[in-house]
Amino acid sequence: MLTIRNLEAYYGAIQALKGVSLHILPEEIVCLIGANGAGKSTLLHAISGLVPLVKGEISLDGVSLVGRSPEEIVALGISQVAEGRQIFAPLTVLENLELGAYQRFRKEGRRQIAQEIERIFELFPALKERKAQPAGTLSGGEQQMLVISRALMSKPKLLLLDEPSMGLAPIVAKEIFQIIRDLRKSGTTILLVEQNAQMALSLADRGYVLETGKIILEGETAELLQNREVKRAYLGKGRKGFLEE
Amino acid sequence: MIGLAPILESQEMSASIILQLILSGVTIGSIYAMVALGFNIIYNSTSIINFAQGEFVMLGGMFMVSLVGPLNLPMWVAFPIAVLAVTLIGTAFERLCIHPLKMPSVLSLIIITIAGSILLKGGAMFAWGKETFSLPHFSTEKPILLLEATILPQTVWILGIIGMVVLLLALFFRFTIVGKAMRACAANRPAASLVGINVKRIVLLSFALSAAIGAIAGIIITPISLMDYERGAILGLKGFGAAVLGGLGNPMGAVVAGFLIGIVESLCAGLISSHYKDAVGLVVLLMVLFIKPSGLFGSAQVSKLKKF
Repeated sequence: MLTIRNLEAYYGAIQALKGVSLHILPEEIVCLIGANGAGKSTLLHAISGLVPLVKGEISLDGVSLVGRSPEEIVALGISQVAEGRQIFAPLTVLENLELGAYQRFRKEGRRQIAQEIERIFELFPALKERKAQPAGTLSGGEQQMLVISRALMSKPKLLLLDEPSMGLAPIVAKEIFQIIRDLRKSGTTILLVEQNAQMALSLADRGYVLETGKIILEGETAELLQNREVKRAYLGKGRKGFLEE
Repeated sequence: MIGLAPILESQEMSASIILQLILSGVTIGSIYAMVALGFNIIYNSTSIINFAQGEFVMLGGMFMVSLVGPLNLPMWVAFPIAVLAVTLIGTAFERLCIHPLKMPSVLSLIIITIAGSILLKGGAMFAWGKETFSLPHFSTEKPILLLEATILPQTVWILGIIGMVVLLLALFFRFTIVGKAMRACAANRPAASLVGINVKRIVLLSFALSAAIGAIAGIIITPISLMDYERGAILGLKGFGAAVLGGLGNPMGAVVAGFLIGIVESLCAGLISSHYKDAVGLVVLLMVLFIKPSGLFGSAQVSKLKKF
């Protein structure tokens, strides 16, 4: 579905990605783990067309994405939930959801979108209760639900999730991961970026490990969970535990 | 300079004069409010201050003068044509001067708008000369008696049209998907482009919209306060004052602050001296900025995140 070959991305003179290749198959959940500054978010930004200087190949179902504007990429079927719960704070919950379907408005009309929003409200009753409130007044977990459902409003083929559990209480993060699991059942393809490697690996099919702009490991999540490097660097198993095993 | 004593001699007299002054303050203040709205619309979608905003007002008045005078068109025909002409100029300005820049800094954009305002002012001088122009009032010039004061029918037109513009803008921003998209751009631009909003088109639209609003302000004020090629600068400055006073990015604050500056100015002109009229609005602005830098209605939290 999504194929990335030899991707290089630059911020000015700084090279943030140094030849990354990965692929995602339909209905797969693929996770990307790595430390701070490894280039995870840059990779997602590059897919969404937010990085001005990109070399290499990114294609969705054979259509090249390099050089396209962010709104074209949304139209092609990629929706990104950016890091840090990027809500439209002064707008109401309902307005946030409507804007998620911004490009569909002209084609499908208000009524279709309203039905869609009702469906979202069935999935997330908490949002329905607060639909007339400014999004900025929601709790962290609710805001994360809002941005995920806003991204779903564009009916994406591929959903990019950037650190959905960041800054949330563990119990709320669990809820968010449950939502991602539910999305998988409904057949959404997901690329998940997480620092919480344990959680991410437990729900994804395959994973990639990114370090300083390069993919250093890839494989089925079960394999990665057993990998010594991954255990040591990302799963927080201390040296002692590491030696005992 | 008029002494205070003769005015304040009779209590009744002074009450009616103050009412009169407030009414004329409301009239001019409503123009500042419109200019401030124009500043806000562009500020919200681009975070730049468009210093050519006052020029849009001047151009609106000038086009109207030409359409009604030499071309002899009826008012109701000339009005939309003049607004359209200025809207096109605003659009062209964005396309030619703002749009082509790749990743420009806010400061360089602001300097471009200053250049734009000088260019438009020069162009207007070239086209219309240095004369001051007038425009017939929209309806009769016979004053209407209101309580103890009189008010010109043109003032009623001004207030009515401004009320309408503010109402339509509010409806546009609240109920249309494009209006919501503009608010989304103001709230969080990267997120707006990630949901598929074409941010550059929103910027273009905001320039068109503020040019149109500026033009309307210029057209309705010209019958009362006349128009010349240099008038845009001072109107732009006052409107900018109102926008800052109301808290940049806050349209309702801008409207209230516009009226406030207009009324303070008018009271100063009537009770103290008209020489200080232009200064007093700016003094009020400075005082507010010293005490509450985010403006009367701006939140301090939001202003920390602003580039200006």
